[in-house]
Amino acid sequence: MNLNFWLPLFIPSTSLAAGVVIFFLPEQMRLTRSFLNMASAILKIALVVPLIWGVFHQQEYRFVLPLFLEFDLVLEADSLSLLFVTLSSVLWLVTTLYAIGYLEDGFQRSRFFGFFSFCVSATTGIALAGNLFTLLVFYEFLTVTTYPLVTHRGTEEAIQAGRVYLLYTLGAGVVLMVGMIWLSSAVGVADFEAGGIPEITRVTTTAPLNVIFWMLVLGFGVKAALVPFHGWLPVAMVAPAPVSALLHAVAVVKAGVFGIVRVVYDVFGVEAVTAMGVREGLIFFAGATILYGSLRAIFQDDFKRRLAYSTVSQVSYITLGTAIVGPLATIGGIAHLVHQGIMKITMFFCAGNLAEELHFHRISELRGVGRRMPLTMGAFTVAAMGMIGVPPMAGFFSKWFLSLGALEADMPFIIGVLLLSSILNAAYFLPIIYYAWFCEPEHPLPERPATQRWEIHPYLLLPPVFTALVTVLLGLLAAMPLSPLSWARLIMFREYTP
Amino acid sequence: MILSGEQFIVILLILPLSAAILDLLLPKRAATAVLFLTALVLPPAAAGLGAAVLKTGAISYRIGGWDTPLGIRLYADGLSTLMLLLTSVIGSAISIYAVSYFAEGSNPAERQRIDMFQPVWLIGWTGLNGLFLSGDIFNLYVCLEILTLTSICLIAVAGTHASIRAALRYLPIAIAGSLFYLLGVAVLYGASGTLDLELLAGRITHETHFLIAFALMVTGLLIKAALFPAHYWLPPAHANAPAPVSALLSGLVVTAAFYILLRIASGLFAPVETPGWAGLLGILGAISVLWGGLQALRQDRLKMVVAYSTVSQIGYGFLLFPLTLAGSAAAGYAWNGAVYFALAHAVAKAAAFLAVGALMHQIGHDRLQEMTGAAWRSPFILMAFAMASLSLMGLPPSAGFVAKWMLLKSALLSGHWGYGMVIVGGGILAMAYLFRVLEITMRAPPEGWSRLPIPKGLAFPAMVLAVTAVLLGVFSDLPLRLLQVGPVVGGWGRFAP
Repeated sequence: MNLNFWLPLFIPSTSLAAGVVIFFLPEQMRLTRSFLNMASAILKIALVVPLIWGVFHQQEYRFVLPLFLEFDLVLEADSLSLLFVTLSSVLWLVTTLYAIGYLEDGFQRSRFFGFFSFCVSATTGIALAGNLFTLLVFYEFLTVTTYPLVTHRGTEEAIQAGRVYLLYTLGAGVVLMVGMIWLSSAVGVADFEAGGIPEITRVTTTAPLNVIFWMLVLGFGVKAALVPFHGWLPVAMVAPAPVSALLHAVAVVKAGVFGIVRVVYDVFGVEAVTAMGVREGLIFFAGATILYGSLRAIFQDDFKRRLAYSTVSQVSYITLGTAIVGPLATIGGIAHLVHQGIMKITMFFCAGNLAEELHFHRISELRGVGRRMPLTMGAFTVAAMGMIGVPPMAGFFSKWFLSLGALEADMPFIIGVLLLSSILNAAYFLPIIYYAWFCEPEHPLPERPATQRWEIHPYLLLPPVFTALVTVLLGLLAAMPLSPLSWARLIMFREYTP
Repeated sequence: MILSGEQFIVILLILPLSAAILDLLLPKRAATAVLFLTALVLPPAAAGLGAAVLKTGAISYRIGGWDTPLGIRLYADGLSTLMLLLTSVIGSAISIYAVSYFAEGSNPAERQRIDMFQPVWLIGWTGLNGLFLSGDIFNLYVCLEILTLTSICLIAVAGTHASIRAALRYLPIAIAGSLFYLLGVAVLYGASGTLDLELLAGRITHETHFLIAFALMVTGLLIKAALFPAHYWLPPAHANAPAPVSALLSGLVVTAAFYILLRIASGLFAPVETPGWAGLLGILGAISVLWGGLQALRQDRLKMVVAYSTVSQIGYGFLLFPLTLAGSAAAGYAWNGAVYFALAHAVAKAAAFLAVGALMHQIGHDRLQEMTGAAWRSPFILMAFAMASLSLMGLPPSAGFVAKWMLLKSALLSGHWGYGMVIVGGGILAMAYLFRVLEITMRAPPEGWSRLPIPKGLAFPAMVLAVTAVLLGVFSDLPLRLLQVGPVVGGWGRFAP
């Protein structure tokens, strides 16, 4: 019982404890609430930093709580979980700041921020889960705690969105649960292991394992918005902007795709997945999702809906990188886990700013908006360039390594998919940039109030500017030892050299 | 340890009984103090017994030192201790809740009812503790009967027209159930010459007498446990009782009937128990799960939703019987899963009823369609209800999740895919009828809404039970270890994985 044992538990606990306290705070205690929010976010990052150092140096961090019979709650920090933990705790800090700026004048703030904290607790739990069972526990907890955030406004639209959200995610949860129990009946219970669980690698070719694999992948695939299970994501757009950021970049979608990554690499393992012949199917799903999401995005005029379809497409890059099951593609996919998060969260912050300051929700309204909100639109432009894959932004490196991986795996058609998708990315992002910077507004834009120093409240301005900066830095400094790309390389080495 | 296991057994029986008598004699204030004192002492006493049982194994206590077959034997193993702990926790919450519930009643007549509630409830509590401590089949009957009669009184305690009618509707079916059981006991005694469970275990053969006795007893218990098709009496009775009584009925009384069934129908009668029996119980359980869930989905009163949910949830326990036939590994999961399910359901359901009662106290009704915005106006109470719902739906982290996981694992391991689908389907139905409720409360309330003051005496007991239901899903190791302790009656031990 030392620090290495307890540390993995502390990380989800900080926000869990903060959430519980926040629930009981009276609405008007704004400062206390904001302080608690920020303090727990900063504390979480402070706890993650030593973990990064430790895992880099092969230290073991593992918390075990025996639950029942052979099932244990295991929280363990390995290189893959740390990538996700770091991403979500950094982005949570930013999103919290944004949410405070966005919602602190609203209603039901204690409820909102309480569940908000629970969400992040669940996400870090998913990241640190050391076996499938623990992963499911936090995964379902995430579903339950995001529901009140999606329905936060309580309007008819929000309630309907919440219903669709539950239908998809709880349904997927049931499939996952059956799949996991079936798996545990077939091969017993085991922790995640780089290269796959030995019991499975031994019995690869039996038919039930194939079915179980698909149950698990599709169960996670619903949150990862794999077509045709993506329907909830565009609908959930009615939620407030910080929640969308949370859904798309920090927590929900990421949790789904992270689950797929875990199933492929650490449950079945690279060898078994190749031997079982499930790889082609997964590549097909991912490729179809990438193209379908991009195509749908082009035809959306609602800003947030376009971003939502773009997420459908972009998240599947990660699935694609995982599905190719080759070292270089793995690097590309895992690095994109971070890159997509940072770029997409920037875009949602920007969309939120436009809605909050100018009440613009449609892309056709954005003409000339760059002059009124230059920093917001600047941040958006950087992120959009990254998504399209323009060097030196972070997104370029994801696509580069994915393409290399496709060549390495001798599947050149994937490069075609990536190219086509990039063209489509450009087709739906460039008009926004063009409208914002190069068009005259149709109606005069609302002027900035004289009392307002910046184009919008600094709490809302700082987060997108910061994440846009990070997008550029991650690209420029991709070769530095602790960049996501280098870390993804580290993960790759540990997965492929058991 | 300060006291021995035997002494804890004595406390668990004597304390609520003497409190009941004192309650009748003392003036109102002192009577309430006695109730609170009982509620304060019984949980640690049950925990003390649990610690003793964990340490030394099952405990037999011969009253007056007389050995069986002459004397009466009290018996505490892991299963009964767990049930005693459950009873003490829920019972304490109900006691505290009831005092505020009746004190803050809407009319003066209702406020007087606490005088009647307290002693009757304490006698019922004695009956529950006695039931879980009984080592013979006749004492089980006596305690069950005490419980039945006190339940009927408690349903009627509000004194309103609806509650008296509910009590009178409950009366015949409850008595019928008891009579079936008693008849079975009589036949059994005639055939075997003993009532002690341990002695019985060696004497039961495949003769017809035993089959008849078994059939009669099981029928009686099915009625008590409200298994389909004998479920129809439960929803109106549970829904029309005062909230603390609903919690008691759905949380503990139904569970007590299931407990007796566990004691007799899982090994004790092995010579006459055929796979057909187990299959029949399993199928009735499966129908209950689905039928109760479907009915819950159709109700427009919140209390009826929660009451039909009891019909659905009680069905899960009966899947135990076909699943334990499957072989040792699957049987172990089924046994642990079914008992944990009963435990999870009792805590969560009591929490749900207490929460609904608190909500009704605030808004004056339980009509679902008029609950728009309840989560905005009474967030604390709705939070308790939502946490209880989590367990009822079987979502993690909660006791219900742990139980469902084990049951499902047992079904898949033994290849009972049909039962597996029932377990999954019942969970989906529970999500549907509970999220239907939660969704209504999440809708924005009409303009000009405000927070309602929290009735603390009502909301806190509900919250404590709801939190317990969630925590039992995280700290399930200890209760499950307790459950493995020493059961010999009926040969439970062989199922332990």
